[in-house]
Amino acid sequence: MQHGKYRFIVGFLVLPLGLYALFVVWPFIQSIYYSFTDWTGLSPEFKMVGFDNYKRMLHDDIFWKSLQHSLLFALVLPLVTISLALFFAFMINVGGRRRKGGPVISGVRGSSFYKIVYFFPQVLSIAIVALLFQFAYNPDSGAINSLLRGIGLGSVQPLWLGDPSLALWCVMAVLVWSTTGFFVVLFSAGMASIPAELYEAALLDGAGRATTFFRVTLPLLWDTVQSGWVYMGILALGAESFAVVQIMTTGPGGPDYSTTVMVLYVYQKAFRDGQAAYATTIGVALLVVTLAFAAIVMRLGRRERLEF
Amino acid sequence: MGSTSNHGAEGVGRRDLIKRSAALGVVAAPGMGLLSACASSGGGGQKKDKAGTKTAKNPLGVNDSAGMEFVLFDGGFGKDYAEDAVKIYEKDFPKVKVKFSATQKIQSTLQPRFNQGNPPDLIDNSGAEQMDMGVLVGKNQLSDLTPLLDAPSYDDPNKKVRDTLRPGIVEMGQFDGNPVWIFYYAYTVYGVWYSQKALDSLDAQYPKTWDEMLAVCEKAKKKGMAGWTYAGKYPYYIPFSLYPMIGKVGGREVLDAIDNLEPNAWKHPAVKACFEAYYELYKKGYILKGTPGLDHIQSQTAWAKGEALFIPNGSWVENESANVIPKDFDLAVSAPSGIDGSDKLPFGTIWASGGEPFIVPAKAANPEGGMEQLRIMLSEASSKNFTAKVKSLTAYNGGTTGITLTPGLNSGVAALKLAGSNVVNPRLQDWYVQLQKEKIGVSGLGEMMAGRLTPAEAIKKIQGFADEAAKDTSIKHYKHQ
Repeated sequence: MQHGKYRFIVGFLVLPLGLYALFVVWPFIQSIYYSFTDWTGLSPEFKMVGFDNYKRMLHDDIFWKSLQHSLLFALVLPLVTISLALFFAFMINVGGRRRKGGPVISGVRGSSFYKIVYFFPQVLSIAIVALLFQFAYNPDSGAINSLLRGIGLGSVQPLWLGDPSLALWCVMAVLVWSTTGFFVVLFSAGMASIPAELYEAALLDGAGRATTFFRVTLPLLWDTVQSGWVYMGILALGAESFAVVQIMTTGPGGPDYSTTVMVLYVYQKAFRDGQAAYATTIGVALLVVTLAFAAIVMRLGRRERLEF
Repeated sequence: MGSTSNHGAEGVGRRDLIKRSAALGVVAAPGMGLLSACASSGGGGQKKDKAGTKTAKNPLGVNDSAGMEFVLFDGGFGKDYAEDAVKIYEKDFPKVKVKFSATQKIQSTLQPRFNQGNPPDLIDNSGAEQMDMGVLVGKNQLSDLTPLLDAPSYDDPNKKVRDTLRPGIVEMGQFDGNPVWIFYYAYTVYGVWYSQKALDSLDAQYPKTWDEMLAVCEKAKKKGMAGWTYAGKYPYYIPFSLYPMIGKVGGREVLDAIDNLEPNAWKHPAVKACFEAYYELYKKGYILKGTPGLDHIQSQTAWAKGEALFIPNGSWVENESANVIPKDFDLAVSAPSGIDGSDKLPFGTIWASGGEPFIVPAKAANPEGGMEQLRIMLSEASSKNFTAKVKSLTAYNGGTTGITLTPGLNSGVAALKLAGSNVVNPRLQDWYVQLQKEKIGVSGLGEMMAGRLTPAEAIKKIQGFADEAAKDTSIKHYKHQ
């Protein structure tokens, strides 16, 4: 009977696992295989070259720069985005002043309006967001510098994306702007499931907003925050960072390599320079970084589960 | 009560979400997997169609019943001109139905087909998704177009196609040795673009020496107009006027040495003089403020609005910025100003070269058909049709009489006439794309023109990049013949 049960389970799993193996696992194995070849991506012929691509990668300054920027993205973006989102979600759901006759726990005035406003950027595709900000960052006639001129700061006219010391931060700001809304909604949903009695008890004990947040909300929301963290880190390492860098920055990837990230470098090597094998090598490095990131976050975030 | 980990009570548990998002990253991160998944699994190649018999009317011996597939880059030049040429092909070979398609996604559409060995018969390999020519040539993926060049031209059976072309077209299609792999159909004039009207309003002539250039810029500055702007985000537009200037000042050999990646090629005094001249534009404040943060469209728009006088660009600018260039702008192009009277080549030395590269893949089923289509496009009638429709010259030498030329085009024709044989053709941008664009362009010239590098530092940095490229065994190297 035991035997039949497994067959039953396997019967259900065969299709999804098959698809997963075909479209996820197999391309992975292939990528790793290609990273040991000299495949150009433009012809079917290639030969094995051993570890040449990896040796080359270790001596490639641009690779190290892109790795550095990708790591910075993976550290800074989740931190900023999630802190902002937690703050907004808290204010929308819990942080309001107590109003006469109202519920014990409520958000600030107009919170349902804010909730929608914060979610707006999520509706726009990242490509459109990047294009819009590209106009805003235009040093000659863009919104930001025009605003600066308008308030009498005509002498402060940064080049934004044209300045190597600002460009990376400009790109990050766009990603924060476009992703915070999603996490506000995610965390709001999480906060809604925290029982109101806990807050009442905290209030009776005289807890202020900060204490309530750190002692009640955050611990009970921890799992959501952790998933959000991993998710955001992956966005920052992967597709979203590629889109904004590719669309917005000088070159792209500049000025002077100040905004190049690993995904962009993979793309450039594969599709601009006809060095697909080397691109897969960088792809493998990116895989390692992504897995390491997920593992670290899960390990650091491990906490005792709270029952409530 | 519940727990923070929602044991499946509310649909997707949070743990699952974590696992899934991790899996998502694993999928999203090295997207290369999908590329390889669709590639190099084939490799068998397709069957060649049998060639037809060569006759006077069919000098390439096209099989008159074999299909022909033509993929066009659907960019600034549109697709009308090619569709018209396809109609002629179908008229000449009534049994054939040409499979014509136009796309902006050349690479995504065609890379898998190259990998599978069944590419189309004729490709306009252009645009942002251009496939690397050096790699295609190096991997023997292209047909030699010599038969086409030696075939009689469409209009005159006594004249070879080769003899109907503008200077530089055939050489540009060669990489090393005699075979011609690429046919550049459009003909682009690079240089300094300006509004004749604006120049007239300053009571100035186009400056022939750098002192005159600085004087004109000073005049413009007094009127609240910047001297120059350029595509700050894509500083590899600067070479369109800088390289021919280097050629004018130091002679062709300097540009050839640069293209050949010779040691110390960038340390030539002519290069130094030209870099310093351009840097002076920055130092004297003649560059439009904010230029390093502008992309090509934004800089062209600022220039068209009269915020800046000069812009380094190519002849496509007339079409690309048509909607912002005022009617009375009187667009003109000039060869770059030199340094002074001691320059090696006369004023008028200009960069002009082919654009819109057409290729016939080696593994095409009907390569004769692809070449025949090109031969049709190189007739005077088709060339005129192209020029009239898209305001650009073609590789066909002539074809401008009897049609009204736009101001920019007219000025381009005049500039070519002034240049005579002094047409230079730097090759870095098609031989070494990464070196030209992101290294020399963005990290070298871009940084210098933004004032973050001195000319000496820029030259040192660029020479370093060139030396690196010369040593890099992963790229194919080329030399001027």
